[in-house]
Amino acid sequence: MRLVVVGTGMAGSRLVSEVRARDPHIRITVFGAETRRPYNRVLLSNVLAGSSRPEQVRLLDPTWYDAHNVTAVFGGAVAHVDRETRHVVTEYGRREPYDLLVLATGSDAVVPPVPGVERAIPFRTLDDCERIIEAAERAGRAVVVGGGLLGIEAARGLAGRGLPVTLLHLAGHLMERQLDAEAGEVLGETLAGLGVQIRTGVSAAGVEADGVRLDGGELVPADLVVLACGVRPVTGLAAEAGLEVRRGVVVDDELRTDDPSIFAIGECAEHDGTVYGLVAPAWEQAAVAADVITGGKALYRGSRLVTRLKAKSVELAAMGETQLGEEHAEVVRFSHRARGTYRKLVIRDGRLVGAILLGESDAVGTLTQLFDRGSPVPGDRAGLLFPGTASAPVTDSPTLMPDAAKVCQCNNVTKGRIRACWEAGARDVAAVVAATRATTGCGTCRDAVEGIVGWLCEQEGVSV
Amino acid sequence: MLGSEVTKTHCPYCALQCGMEIGPELAISPRTDIPANGSGALCQKGWTAGELLTSGERLTAPLLYGEPVAWDAALDHVAHRLSAIRAEYGPDAVAVFGGGGLTNEKAYSLGKFARVALGTSQIDYNGRFCMSSAAAASIRAFGLDRGMPFPITDLAGADVVLLAGGNVAETMPPFVRHLDGPRLIVVDPRRTPTAKLAWLHLQPTPGTDLALALGLLHLAIADGLVDEAYVAARTTGFEEVRTSLSSWWPERVERITGVPVHQMRQAVRALAAAGKAYVLTGRGAEQHAKGTDTVTAFINLALALGLPGTLGSGYGCVTGQGNGQGGREHGQKADQLPGYRKIDDPAAREHLARVWGIPAEDIPGPGRSAYELLDALGTPEGPRALLLFGSNPVVSAPAAEHVASRIGGLDLLVACDFVLSETAALADVVFPVTQWAEEDGTMTNLEGRVLLRRRAYPPPAGVRSDLDVIAGLAERLGHRFETEPVRVFDELRRASQGGPADYSGITYERIANETGVFWPCPAPGHPGTPRPFLDRFAHPDGRARFVPVEHRPPAEVTDEDYPVHLTTGRVLAHYQSGAQTRRIAPLVRAAPEPYVELHPDLAEQLGIAAGDVVRVSSRRGESKAVARISDAIRRDTVFMPFHWEGANRLTNPALDPVSRMPEFKVCAVRVERDS
Repeated sequence: MRLVVVGTGMAGSRLVSEVRARDPHIRITVFGAETRRPYNRVLLSNVLAGSSRPEQVRLLDPTWYDAHNVTAVFGGAVAHVDRETRHVVTEYGRREPYDLLVLATGSDAVVPPVPGVERAIPFRTLDDCERIIEAAERAGRAVVVGGGLLGIEAARGLAGRGLPVTLLHLAGHLMERQLDAEAGEVLGETLAGLGVQIRTGVSAAGVEADGVRLDGGELVPADLVVLACGVRPVTGLAAEAGLEVRRGVVVDDELRTDDPSIFAIGECAEHDGTVYGLVAPAWEQAAVAADVITGGKALYRGSRLVTRLKAKSVELAAMGETQLGEEHAEVVRFSHRARGTYRKLVIRDGRLVGAILLGESDAVGTLTQLFDRGSPVPGDRAGLLFPGTASAPVTDSPTLMPDAAKVCQCNNVTKGRIRACWEAGARDVAAVVAATRATTGCGTCRDAVEGIVGWLCEQEGVSV
Repeated sequence: MLGSEVTKTHCPYCALQCGMEIGPELAISPRTDIPANGSGALCQKGWTAGELLTSGERLTAPLLYGEPVAWDAALDHVAHRLSAIRAEYGPDAVAVFGGGGLTNEKAYSLGKFARVALGTSQIDYNGRFCMSSAAAASIRAFGLDRGMPFPITDLAGADVVLLAGGNVAETMPPFVRHLDGPRLIVVDPRRTPTAKLAWLHLQPTPGTDLALALGLLHLAIADGLVDEAYVAARTTGFEEVRTSLSSWWPERVERITGVPVHQMRQAVRALAAAGKAYVLTGRGAEQHAKGTDTVTAFINLALALGLPGTLGSGYGCVTGQGNGQGGREHGQKADQLPGYRKIDDPAAREHLARVWGIPAEDIPGPGRSAYELLDALGTPEGPRALLLFGSNPVVSAPAAEHVASRIGGLDLLVACDFVLSETAALADVVFPVTQWAEEDGTMTNLEGRVLLRRRAYPPPAGVRSDLDVIAGLAERLGHRFETEPVRVFDELRRASQGGPADYSGITYERIANETGVFWPCPAPGHPGTPRPFLDRFAHPDGRARFVPVEHRPPAEVTDEDYPVHLTTGRVLAHYQSGAQTRRIAPLVRAAPEPYVELHPDLAEQLGIAAGDVVRVSSRRGESKAVARISDAIRRDTVFMPFHWEGANRLTNPALDPVSRMPEFKVCAVRVERDS
């Protein structure tokens, strides 16, 4: 069997390693438009922020392809799919036959059609990232256009490099697809505290040499302009081949297009009306497609979306339907703007269907898993938002402790036993220890035993 | 008759092997010259250990089909049956199953008996269920497995200790005294008594420790915390590991494990900022079908931070069973020969052939691992006879009911035990054997320190040592075996000479005078090796190996029918299958019965109240126990202690591909109130 994969991004490279892990024999050829070896796009914000070096984000070692008997062609975009003869043809005219073809062509950065936009740098690829870093070293002020996930990460990263940054956003609040208005505002306040000036409800009319001109005519000064205006699925190859394309290449639950020998996965694919822009769904799709390609049975039923911002000192998790109102769902909310904290649960039919957690929280793991698994939400909603409060430590005051309370776990000694011992004549810690063996195991109950003996003595007016 | 002098010996239970003195009237008191419990500590198990010596439940005569018989009659019967089975089905029709509680002398003698007297390859032991994953990972990384390759007292000088999947406050309480100084980070799905002592508790979903370790190392790399100079000077393979980790960014790991990113970052930063730090693993990280890779991931983290082989820092496995370390070094393991040698190494075979006085080609090759051995019993391809020493697999093996049915298919089951354990109760022949305080012998504790147990008390009439049983059977099969522990030890010294675990310079006198000797100790004048990796690791190039590993889900994931994770573990008052501790009254009072621990939210959802009898079912069986409600456990998980029959009816025998460790620590169950 001959498998051809178009695309070496997050989805394509994952698919290749998933297929190879399942089947050592399938002949695999992969074409990448970028000359770069596959890298982890999720980590580009770390590179931009300067915490990771470019070579630290590669997904596969350079020797991986040879070692796993995969033919890889980098910098050779596929220009045409010949479905009649089942060949792909590269821009340089190379023809490669396939039995099965996977399109993982990803998406392109959206570049708004405004005058001077060529002065701006989109934030999408590792090359873009390196251009931005280089420019940042010479720049005095930066503007980031677009207040979605990527724009915020870019702005935070640049601010972390010591550059004053203004973030321009068209909608009324940041990350309006994932956050409600209040969360968006709290996030903006947090970013402001980190050196990112937020301007919402503004539109860029043009990019000029000394800044970004807004619709209203105001010039926001900058000598570095970064674009993070969203992405658009790359579907030209599929469309030209006559495959069904809506917003993305339409696929079924096996990730097949309307040509059963052609699959599409990742950001170029549209499943059940949804084009996903995050890596988790792309990798879930890669796993399902790899199962199907290697003769297994698997179905893709869509993904639950959890968005996790990766920006230093900004903790944000948002999942599911965060904007449902009280009329449609049970909403639990806690807001403490002075501390940059905002927490919200959206519950329907006893299940968590959405949540926002802004600011550091121990609840994030539990909530993500409740959302992912669709498990029933416990009755104690507040306990979910504030884990740890339910299990306030049992009192260790000797007065309030019941006689049955175990003081020494290692030797199974209760407060009652210590009291009985004391009443039988053991009037100091050493005598109690000799009689009960309390404190002789791990030793962590020493203070408690001393406290109880001291209290008993005090009651009797005996000096310790 | 009670002894009248004070005898210096060690506790019969866990791998800490606390020093204790046994005085007149069986009075037990802690020793202060043994570092493991040097402050004079003992837990309740230790204090009460003497009670079993005089227990009315002691076996004092061999049992043949349940009836007491003379020793010769029982030995003759077994030897005759073994010969007949061997003659009809070949030597591999007889299997031997040992234990991690046996002394080094017994472990050695048992391995030799299997290879020399029985000629069978079919020998393994319950230690496979304990430390095998950590052992495999340590050998892979360092070229040598010596549990904790440093004295336990080194821990107190550390700034930070990360303990992954260990609950020492219950399993070996005096260990906690060595953690008094450092900041403690505990990884456990339950807020155990150990986790309650921790500065930071990471509470992952069962079966996701591997992902967590990958996330921690990813963060260490991303935040620039790697000790580059150490990595360059003392390791190989880091580049490949670094690349493989780019797929394990912390937010992805958070979603898999449920551990918040900020907690992971807190843990990594504390470890990296520490001048001295340790990473330790226990069964919680190891007893998985990916246990070896999980330990490898923690070792990779330790290596990246420059810990192993650095004075005051390191990686260690917290071995569980009393002689879990020594038991895995001297030939009870299916793939090993004494001295921690590999059975398929021609030089090792030549050496043992010389010591044993047989041709090297007569030494059998590797046999089945513990669970595979138990699973093969009584099947057409498997052994038809089993000799069992120091183990109780119908309680302690995974899928225990299945194992019991396999044992039921045997032509001959022979058990050596001092009480009638659940498995001994199934045996055709039971030999009553001595206990710890009734015999001499050496134990190698979790530090790799060889210790001496001394006879303090005469065994009851009619009771003999396992060494006598082995020699008695060997004699009837035409071989002469030593029965005096010190003579067996002298032979073990020769057998181990030149191997990784070289005991040849260790003597009973030295152990007594030096309160233990660390192996390797290759010559009488050699001081022993407390810290074997300070100068170099045990691979030929002297470097430690980074090995790239990938997380994958548990062998059995939760679904609609079995929606809850089960994890298992120990309680303070009991040890292993409970065959000993369930017969000691104060321990039974402390922990009288099995239970199921579940979170209040799960209990509410299932309509279960504290004290209800709960039925827990898995694809392999079901078990009933009393409900205990506690918010110390995750909402998606229940916990059962494994000291009683029941918990292991549920557990999953899926095996680690390298260590052959079963997946004790996670499976999918359904939990219901028993109507």
